[in-house]
Amino acid sequence: MLRYIIKRVSAMLLTLLIIATITFFLMKLLPGSPFNNQEKLSESQRYALNEKYGLNDPVPVQYINYLGKLAQGDLGYTFQFDGRTVNSLIANGMGPSATIGFEALLFGTLVGLVLGIAAALKHNTFIDYGAMVMAVFGIAIPSFVFAGLLQYYVGVKLGWLPVAFWNGPEYHIMPAFSLSVGVIATVARFMRTEMLEILGTDYILMARSKGISKQAVIIKHCVRNSMIPIVTILGPMAIGLITGSLVIENIFAIPGIGEQFVKSINLNDYPVIMGTTLFYSFLIILIILVVDILYGIIDPRIRVAGGKS
Amino acid sequence: MKKSKWSLLLTLVLVLSMFLAACSGSGDKNNAGEKKGGEGEASKKPTEPQVLNILDSEEIPSLDSSQATDSVSFEVLNNVMEGLYRLDKDNKPTPGVAEKHEVSEDGTVYTFHLNPKATWSDGSKVTANDFVYAWRKALHPDTLSEYAYIMGPIKNANAIQTDGDPLFGKVEELGVKAVDESTLEVTLEAPAPYFLGLTGFGTFYPQKEEFVKQQGDKYALEANTLLYNGPFVLNEWKHNEGWQYKKNDKYWDKENVKLDEINVKIVKDVATSVNLYETGQTDITGLSMEYVDQYKDNEDLYTRGEATVFFLRLNQKSEALKNVNIRKAIDMAYDKQSMVDVLLNNGSTPAYYLVPGEFTPGPDGEDFRKTNGDFGGYDLEKAKELWAKGLEEIGKDSVELELLNYDTDGAKQMGEFFKNQLEKNLPGIKISIKAQPFKQKLDLESKGDYDFSYAGWGPDYQDPMTFLDMFVTNGAHNQMAYSNPEYDKLIEGAKKEADEEKRWQMMLDAEKILFEDQAISPLYQRGVTGLQKPYVKGLAHHLFGADVTYKWAYIEGKQ
Repeated sequence: MLRYIIKRVSAMLLTLLIIATITFFLMKLLPGSPFNNQEKLSESQRYALNEKYGLNDPVPVQYINYLGKLAQGDLGYTFQFDGRTVNSLIANGMGPSATIGFEALLFGTLVGLVLGIAAALKHNTFIDYGAMVMAVFGIAIPSFVFAGLLQYYVGVKLGWLPVAFWNGPEYHIMPAFSLSVGVIATVARFMRTEMLEILGTDYILMARSKGISKQAVIIKHCVRNSMIPIVTILGPMAIGLITGSLVIENIFAIPGIGEQFVKSINLNDYPVIMGTTLFYSFLIILIILVVDILYGIIDPRIRVAGGKS
Repeated sequence: MKKSKWSLLLTLVLVLSMFLAACSGSGDKNNAGEKKGGEGEASKKPTEPQVLNILDSEEIPSLDSSQATDSVSFEVLNNVMEGLYRLDKDNKPTPGVAEKHEVSEDGTVYTFHLNPKATWSDGSKVTANDFVYAWRKALHPDTLSEYAYIMGPIKNANAIQTDGDPLFGKVEELGVKAVDESTLEVTLEAPAPYFLGLTGFGTFYPQKEEFVKQQGDKYALEANTLLYNGPFVLNEWKHNEGWQYKKNDKYWDKENVKLDEINVKIVKDVATSVNLYETGQTDITGLSMEYVDQYKDNEDLYTRGEATVFFLRLNQKSEALKNVNIRKAIDMAYDKQSMVDVLLNNGSTPAYYLVPGEFTPGPDGEDFRKTNGDFGGYDLEKAKELWAKGLEEIGKDSVELELLNYDTDGAKQMGEFFKNQLEKNLPGIKISIKAQPFKQKLDLESKGDYDFSYAGWGPDYQDPMTFLDMFVTNGAHNQMAYSNPEYDKLIEGAKKEADEEKRWQMMLDAEKILFEDQAISPLYQRGVTGLQKPYVKGLAHHLFGADVTYKWAYIEGKQ
């Protein structure tokens, strides 16, 4: 297992290097400068500013300089906020984004599992249809529509929850719920399909005929085996929630990192483009690794390390 | 199969959003009723909490006055700092750190006498050296400001920031001198009547060298690593969430500062801002176009003209646009009034000029705009006539042009409007639209890689020159190969002329020439619209630099 993890981590670093390289050179192809008042600068002023930030150097030289700093964990300074490092920008914004993402994932998965299991056990009944109609709506309607409706009815009309901002637990409810709608739908549908398939397998029939109670069969054999596809999609879904929370963060005025993804590219804020890209690549690779390890725990049949050595 | 799913989704979203829009309309009426009731009681209670709650759309990018480049930073700085002068609600300079000043006969040497009561928030005096230090810092190659060009009128400022010039980087050659602790002498390259107003601009604020050096890299990054000398101090600054102003007890004119506290929260979404306004959590909100109709009968609605002008750059690198009749025909072939009414609907007004209206009064007190009047206008018949003539002159019967556009929704609609109007009204014209993100668009523009483009310009100082000198031959912001020696001569002359009336006349004439040549096709002067609670009083709005001053604002009639 340890050898396997070491192997995976070195592959991870190589992947990050490749991503850094590709992003760096693609980014340098973007026209325009990172300066905020570009339209007002004359040629010579722009030259002097480029000189100040080392942007007049040939791109390969800039690339080597960047890698040198990156190796020390220094992501540089952002162009958007004077004197602020990219490290602090990501550190500050990551907290709220990760919190909302995690809450949405947890809530969404739990509700989704319950719905999916209920739908499968009561196959072709009112409960099944009800759960699946909800799932279709959850997938079809984007989270920002839910967010807008919630904000208006629950926040403005009823006044039960704060309209926006990021102050205490009650401020998390609407944004986390809006984000979780898609998760609920996806998890419920996967779970239902998987459960139905497993309920029809021979080993379930065998377990039942051996006299094991229905409850025990469902919990120990059926649910556990149905979890495999859920674990697979959980990783990418977690990343999607953190990165895709951009719109929800905007609507509820949450000081997250999501918006920097798009904004940094539009503003040619080179260090932030690199910083956010690398940070998220790192997260995705890490989560894939965790998911691979989790597989082994859930289903010993696909224990990766054992299979190879 | 896939297509039908998307169209179903779209329909659903549309239906939902219509539902939403209808509901918030009725909500608004209820609130308006409640407010009227509240006002009556208020008059009995003259003293009430002086707290203003507002929103801003962005985190503060910089509080280092010598580095700031954007409207959010300049607005905050304007309220926590003070320059030699400060703009009042009529955009006239009123004393700030400077008590009074004298100008030399030839209009190039300003001597400022500082107010002995002006202090920093640590209690120390604001001295002439604080200005010298800050201004030199903005121009020094190591700390070069992206806004350093604003110092252009000061002697040697341009040379100091030009790489290769013998004066490059020699900030001690800048025309600013501390005669003694409370006397500052500024020498200009040439007379600039607008210089006094410019001293209220962020880049010209003082900085205390000792404090800045002591803070090092941390200077101005947090609320407590900055010294203040304005009407307010920053009490709290939560990055990406908001900030709080508190009245500055050490401010020399604190008797005239009425607000005790201003709370600012960052909200980027207009719908959220409106919801916060409806629930009373903010006293002011901006509105986007789609909300204006919904609130058009609401008494809280305001519209305000700005000094930013949008226009079509007509690039004379294009063979067709090199012809003056074709340029004139294009300008006359679309209806600016209906464009403003239908596409913008936010208090913007159609522009038939370059220098905006109600922006710069001349030596005679008359607005520049009033004196020079309008140029051109929607005239289909004449447009067709000039178009035919122009085509004949270039020997073609059809022309293909590319419109370089911004990629925002509003700009895209605008682009479609031009395409539709011009193709309908000018036979033989074919327009393709290239929409680009803001910075990329600017880049293509500065390379001259377009036929005509949707562009805008906001003033840097309160003088027609900030618009007019854009179009001198080979000027950095000309970007459309326009050249007229007569125009160049007038602009150059006006920049040196000490006689204010002669200078004014030169600028008036220059604008006339620009439109005889139809160098650009002006579109509109931008307006902003929003909602403001009736109990918020005394805000001073500005046309350049910082958008608003809270120094004289107060709350009356909230309770």
